[in-house]
Order: sequence, then structure tokens, then C-alpha cells
Amino acid sequence: MALGIYITYRLLEISDLTVDGSFATGGCVCALLMVQGQSIAVCLLMALISGAIAGFVTGLLTTKFTIPPILAGILTQLGLYSINLRILGRAAQPVLKLPNIFTWAQSLVDMKLNTAIMWVGLALVLIIIVIMYWFFGTELGSALRATGSNEKMIRSLGVDTDGIKILGLMLANGLVGLSGALVCQTQGSGSISMGTGAIVIGLASIIIGEVVFSKVINFGLKLAGIVVGSCIYRIIIAFVLQMGLSTDDLKLFTALFVAICLYLPNIKGFIAGKSTKGGNAC
Amino acid sequence: MLDIKNLSKTFNPGTATENKVLDNVSLHINPGDFVTVIGGNGAGKSTILNMIAGVFPPDSGTIVLDGQDITNLKEHKRAHLIGRVFQDPLMGTCANMEIVENLALANRRGQKRTLKWGVTKEETEVFREKLKELDLGLETRLSDKAGLLSGGQRQALTLLMASLQKPKILLLDEHTAALDPKTAARVLALTVSIISDNNLTALMITHNMKDALKYGNRLIMMNDGKIVLDIDNEQKQKLTVNDLLQLFEQATGEELSNDRVLLSK
Repeated sequence: MALGIYITYRLLEISDLTVDGSFATGGCVCALLMVQGQSIAVCLLMALISGAIAGFVTGLLTTKFTIPPILAGILTQLGLYSINLRILGRAAQPVLKLPNIFTWAQSLVDMKLNTAIMWVGLALVLIIIVIMYWFFGTELGSALRATGSNEKMIRSLGVDTDGIKILGLMLANGLVGLSGALVCQTQGSGSISMGTGAIVIGLASIIIGEVVFSKVINFGLKLAGIVVGSCIYRIIIAFVLQMGLSTDDLKLFTALFVAICLYLPNIKGFIAGKSTKGGNAC
Repeated sequence: MLDIKNLSKTFNPGTATENKVLDNVSLHINPGDFVTVIGGNGAGKSTILNMIAGVFPPDSGTIVLDGQDITNLKEHKRAHLIGRVFQDPLMGTCANMEIVENLALANRRGQKRTLKWGVTKEETEVFREKLKELDLGLETRLSDKAGLLSGGQRQALTLLMASLQKPKILLLDEHTAALDPKTAARVLALTVSIISDNNLTALMITHNMKDALKYGNRLIMMNDGKIVLDIDNEQKQKLTVNDLLQLFEQATGEELSNDRVLLSK
């Protein structure tokens, strides 16, 4: 999920709030199809596609209707709430007993469920990083990066920036939808509220990853850094819950935590600025 | 080559800030022409360039480039015909992408972006050779981020990018205005050599009257959204900056009141 958000937040420089909705949509679509007895691959693929459609809608709103990206994301997210409710037909759908990608992995290799979750997660993340690394090295991927960096320039080089933005939002939300499906399978249920705060968690992962791996230049390693960032985030959350933080307060804690993380680069710059004071560096 | 007919544009029509920036302008440019454009602030110089490039559509009039009516063609759809260098050195390149990536982006100007590799080995070698010709030492810095370059280096890079795919017309919008005089002279010399080497048709806005007289084979002067002077090569050779100011007064009945233009004579 964090990798998807990275596409919009860092590469396209759009704060895409669709994510909260498309995450839940991915989970809901997956849960529904699992109950209908569809194969695991179909469930995950449809979750990915449904997320991409959500991204497409946001992209259309922001480029063709010229609605500011943040507002466009909020609108899609709001609309998706109803759509998710329609998909599931109720607020939550348990899928605990149904076969999923983790039990499938267990059937291949004899291992515990938690081990399976870890290996499957690791494998999927690796595959996605490889695909992203490849894609952003292509002509199309370069054009996408350039769109985030200098939109006016790349348009003067003949790239349809509207189309590129829509594509970027589709890719990002496709990945988010897929991760919604995976979370649905790990937790054993899909619900309409599972996406709340997804964007914040994604941003937290990106920022932590970037702070920890601030020296890394290689794109693939940067992506890996984000994954590590999201793991660190999970560990921190698990830690504070162990410390006795009530789950009710968790969202407040997350919000504060992310605010501090976003502020962190400034503090670093401040400290760095201080240490070079008196010198000529500025 | 370029044929502009009766082009008009009014910004914010019907409001207090209504501003008629182009008033029924017609202009014909022949292949191989290097036209310099001067005029005060708000004369409509940049607006004409932006309209040729398709940044915004005209209210009325037509633009025909290389036999193709591009008046209402979207900016990215006419990009294969047009090379551009902006006034702001930051505008022409992607700061957080490598020099070679920037060149590769420009090398695909107007082409469909596919899933092929964004930078190929062969073109990297071509870029290296071309950068060597700039004589700025950039050929050894291919994988540096463009943001690390100085303003002059960036403008030189942007010029190279604009000429990689030979454009039908090269649009230069005060592209040396943000540079110090020495660097500006160097970039300008480079501009002239790129234009003549590639036999390009070019339209260059400048605020420097001396440069406007020295370079190019035709000079036009704009005021209040109109072309007030159009001087051919023969006449241009004989003119001095003072002659030009006098001609301007005769043509418009007013003194050229632009400090920036005057100071730079």
C-alpha cells in the first residue's frame, strides 16, 4: 500500500485521498468474491482492478474537471463509501474459513499460518518492487516521473500530462486495492471501514523509510526502504499497544506520530543548518 | 513556414483587469529565418510565443506551422513541431532527474511513450558527443541530477534538448535574461551556433536591443499588442540602438518607456 501511495505522493506530488476508499474497495471486492467461491487469483486481480477504477475516477475529476487533487480524492473516497456498502451489502463480511493466498501457500509448503503470511507478503512485495523498478525506467515511467517534477516542461516535450496523471493514480490505487484485499485475507474479514486512515499509515511508512534510508539513491532500494518503513511503523504501533495504549486512542496516536514524522526533515535541516553556521555553506 | 493571421487575445475579458494583449497580429516567417523580438513589458511578446506553443488558445485568428493549422491543437499534440527554451532556467529541465534522463525525455519529443527502456545505450553515446560540443564539461556528468547544474549550464542543456529532435521552429523566450552577463553571452553564442548548425527557424525574444540588432536576420518590435516595427536583414545591419529608439517613437508616437530595455542598451 505504501508503495502505491509513493507513486502519487512522491513521484506525482499529489496528495491522493482516494486511498482510504480504494483500500476498503479492494478489501470488499475481495471478500465478496471469496464468499462467491471465486479463485484466489481472481479475487486479488479484481481487487486490483477495482482500486484502479477508483484511481481513474479521481484522475478524471482532477484533470478533466480541474478539481484540486485533494478535493477530488475526498469526493471519490466519499462516493466509494456507498459503493463499498453496495458491494458487501452490509458493513462487514467475514471470510475466515475460506481458502486464501496464505492457506494456498501452506498447501504448497508445510508451514504455520504466520510464517506463510510473512513469506507470501515478502514475495509479493519483491515482485511489485521489481515491476515498479522496471516500469519507472521505461519511457512511460520516465514521463510519469517528469510529470511530477516539471509538468510544464514535459508537456512542451509532447507528453499528455492529464493522461499520465490518470495512469499514475490508477496504478497507485490499483496497488492500494490489492493490499486492501491482502489485509482482508489476513484479518479474515472485509469491512467498509477498513480503509480509514490508510493514507496516513502509507505516508508514515514513506516518511519513516526515507528518514531511515536518507542516503539511498538507487530507486529500487528506495522502494525497499519504504517497505522497511511500513514494518517499522507496525512495530512501533505494536509496541505502544503493548505499553498499554488503548486501541481507541490508536488513531489519535497515529495522527500525532505522522505529523511529527512529516516535521522531522525540517528538524534535521534545522540541526544541519546550525552546525554549519559560521561557515560559507548555505 | 510559420503563418500567423489576425491573432487576438484578451485576458480576463469583461472584468476590471481586462487586458488586450494581442490586437489583430499577423506575422509570416520564412524557413531558416532567425527573428529577434523586442518590446516593452506587456507588449505581447511572450503571449505570441505561448500561443504558437499552444499554452492557451487565441480568441480569434489562425496559426499555420509547416502547412498545418495548429490554431486549436493541444499543446502536447503540437510539441513535435516546436522546441522551446524558457526564461527561467528551472523551467526547462527536471531538477530531480539525471542529465541523461532529461535528454532522453527530449529525444522522444512528440513521440508516443512506450514501455521500452527510457534511456538506451546508443543514445547515451550520442548525448555524450553532443554534450562534448557544448564544451561545459557536462559529458562526464551524465548521471548527475540536472538540479545540480548552474543556471547557464541548465539553459545550455535545455537548448540542446530543444534541438535534439529538429523542431520546425525554435521558440526562445528571454532565455538569457536570468543569467549573469558573461554566462548570458556564452549561452547566446551557443544559441546562434545551434541555430546555424541545424539550420533552424527561430523566434527569439530579448530585452537587449544590442543583441536584437546583432543576431538574427530580421527584427520585429511590439507595443500594446501590435507589431509596430518589422525590419529586414539589410536595414537591420545599418541600425544602431539609438536609431531603433527613434524608429519606435516615430511608429508609436510615444517614447519607449521601459527601463529594462533602455538600461540594457
